[in-house]
Amino acid sequence: MSGFFDIPSDLQHSYLGLIGLHLREALIPVLVGLLVSLPIAQLCVRFRWLYPPVLGVTTVLYAVPSLAFFVFLIDYTGQSETTVMIPLAVYSLVVLVPAIVDGVRSVPPETLAAATAMGLGAVRRYFQVQLPIAVPAIIAGLRVATVSSISLVSIGMLIGNQGALGNLLNDANIYHRPELAVNAVLTMAALAILADAALVLVRRVLTPWMPRKGAAR
Amino acid sequence: MNILNFVHAFFSDSAHWHGYDGIPTRFWEHIGYSLEALAYSAVIGLPIGVLTGHYGRGGNALALIATAGRALPTFGLLVLLTILLGFSLVPVMVPLVVLAVPPILVTTYEALRSVDPSPVDAARGMGMSESRILFQVELPVALPLILSGLRSAAIQIVSTATIAAYVGLGGLGRYIIDGLYQRSYEKVVGGATLVAGLALATLAVFWAVGRFAVSPGVRRGA
Amino acid sequence: MIRIDSVTKRYPDGTVAVDRLSLEIPDRSITVLVGPSGCGKTTTLRMINRMVEPSEGSILLDGVDIQAQPVNTLRRSMGYVIQNAGLFQHRTIIDNIATVPRLLGWSKERSRARAAELMERVGLDSSLARRYPYQLSGGQQQRVGVARALAADPPVLLMDEPFSAVDPVVRKGLQDELLRIQEELGKTIVFVTHDIDEAIKLGTMVAVMRTGGKLAQFAPPAELLSAPADDFVEDFLGTDRGIRRLSFFPSGALKLESGPVVPVDADAKKLAARGSADVPYLLVTDLDGKPLGWGAPQDLTAGEIAVGQLLPYGRPFVHGKDSLRAALDGAVLSPTGWSVGVDGTGRVVGVVSQAVIAEAIRNAHAEGRTDDEAKAVR
Repeated sequence: MSGFFDIPSDLQHSYLGLIGLHLREALIPVLVGLLVSLPIAQLCVRFRWLYPPVLGVTTVLYAVPSLAFFVFLIDYTGQSETTVMIPLAVYSLVVLVPAIVDGVRSVPPETLAAATAMGLGAVRRYFQVQLPIAVPAIIAGLRVATVSSISLVSIGMLIGNQGALGNLLNDANIYHRPELAVNAVLTMAALAILADAALVLVRRVLTPWMPRKGAAR
Repeated sequence: MNILNFVHAFFSDSAHWHGYDGIPTRFWEHIGYSLEALAYSAVIGLPIGVLTGHYGRGGNALALIATAGRALPTFGLLVLLTILLGFSLVPVMVPLVVLAVPPILVTTYEALRSVDPSPVDAARGMGMSESRILFQVELPVALPLILSGLRSAAIQIVSTATIAAYVGLGGLGRYIIDGLYQRSYEKVVGGATLVAGLALATLAVFWAVGRFAVSPGVRRGA
Repeated sequence: MIRIDSVTKRYPDGTVAVDRLSLEIPDRSITVLVGPSGCGKTTTLRMINRMVEPSEGSILLDGVDIQAQPVNTLRRSMGYVIQNAGLFQHRTIIDNIATVPRLLGWSKERSRARAAELMERVGLDSSLARRYPYQLSGGQQQRVGVARALAADPPVLLMDEPFSAVDPVVRKGLQDELLRIQEELGKTIVFVTHDIDEAIKLGTMVAVMRTGGKLAQFAPPAELLSAPADDFVEDFLGTDRGIRRLSFFPSGALKLESGPVVPVDADAKKLAARGSADVPYLLVTDLDGKPLGWGAPQDLTAGEIAVGQLLPYGRPFVHGKDSLRAALDGAVLSPTGWSVGVDGTGRVVGVVSQAVIAEAIRNAHAEGRTDDEAKAVR
């Protein structure tokens, strides 16, 4: 009789090892997505005409099913973690670019004018005024991207057990141990909720000037 | 090796256009699953979002439900439900609805909350009943945002409905799953192209609905 | 008549917005509730159409408690105008105005016809009917708000800071328009503002409220200016209330002198005849009788009066229509100390010195003329 947390040996990981692997596969893409989307978003803010086409391209990319993405990439990056992480980074990008653009654009024009009038150059203005004010919007985007990334990693299971906790779903089938699937679903949900809560905490720390009233989103 | 080559190979193969595994069949199956899932999600998400938004209560509870819904892994849920309930449409619909309800719920709530309070105050002061205020003053103004929530839910459903193929059902996901097992990139890319095309068509439909249903005063005034 | 009978509004957290307020609002006139923010004026207004329910006390409309009828019936019988107009952005102007008639079950045609009629009454061009609110200026939107409130011809009009959000020039236009409409329609208007000047300009009666929802004074504006009930009211009225009170005294009683007025083409004989020891300056007019400026008699040469070198004549007042305040203002503005009285077309009727105006002010104060006739003078 195997327990709830007894992981079949074919996965070559303990329960905690799978969690670590899952977080790595889910969070690195979000981080990469954030780093790439910041300059793209800034370009879209600078050159307004760029935004609609960027939105169009990202929406189409978002609509491509992750599995199709994985399969296509196998040819280039093999059945590996990288194959799983590249599409996840692209999805994060799709969520984050509009979030950052809207956030930066939501900075009141008078605030910008005041910053300019005080003699802040474009770079300082970006880092000291626009970016901090856009933090709540950026974090909101990060929350959506992170939670969906944690969920999507599991699909990596289909390309040769690259789905971290998702691989438990496969084993649940193979070994007729439904409790492994329950374990996988609950663990992933718990990770998502914890990551989400952590981001809310980060926002509170970064934006002490925001009213602490709870709101949806 | 070029995506366009795969696309061309896939669509020019006349065998892909006929029979139970032909593009038209899979296409309509996919639309069927998507519409069904969107309908369930809207029936759940819209009324709750509208009522909580109108009365301005329960925003925190709503945020919790939305976070929980987003946190549940779609694919994991599908596999789990299939193990528990066997092969049927239910294990497909539940994850899709769980996926689509949060954006509908949250955006609808936000849409109602962001309606300018002064016309609502004026309407109440003129003696409009609460239901009239909701249907004739708040909803017409909130409609663009509500539609945008439905739209992003619809696109996520269209993209994710491919998982139906994993549990032996049809839809455009068939090409992707079969392509994976048969090592046929042509099928995978073709299937993905069809899904992305369907997502674009969904965008177009929502754009048209917006043109038709949203008052010009709201469209350009906001 | 609307009777507010020792009404109190207390919120669950213990804040008292309105404290045992009693007020009799006369029919067919404008009653203004004015006071600093947080004085409960808006709460009081909103209790009249039951947007807020009082904690204690009652409000009677023509002797009947407003609680007696269904709340929406009550509200449909009262026009309601708010700050920023609160127009429905998804409806055209004409459909915005037709809202209450439609609620009352009028046919679409009849409602729209009525709305078109009201657009004209509030001074909106009929070409705006099919526009949407975002296409209108703030002032126009506020006119639509007033038209919408008047659409079902309610006897009562409740106006909550309706003109606060527009610029001063537009505000003055809207105020004048409201007075004109009120003259035609004779509604019972309750008007809330934080602007004491607006209260004095519009109000037949003015209720000054103080923080904590208490009534400080309820009086006609002229009485408010002449006899503020306490330091709070006096402070709230601000400076110059003596000067501002002059707005309520007509200039018709002023005796104008037509002696020191000469046309620009006057000959030497005429100039000599008008000039005298009592009259230090002559007012030169153009051939139409409109003022050009003042000149000392010795500086004026027949046939070659240099218009450019005349002294400014300040701002003329319309004799009999403008108030003593306008007359005094003209005298103060001119370096000669004399004020120019004109008729409705701008032609000079005569001139008057500061001394004579001061005399008239003393007389007016003695008579205490603050009646309805004086009111019309503003």
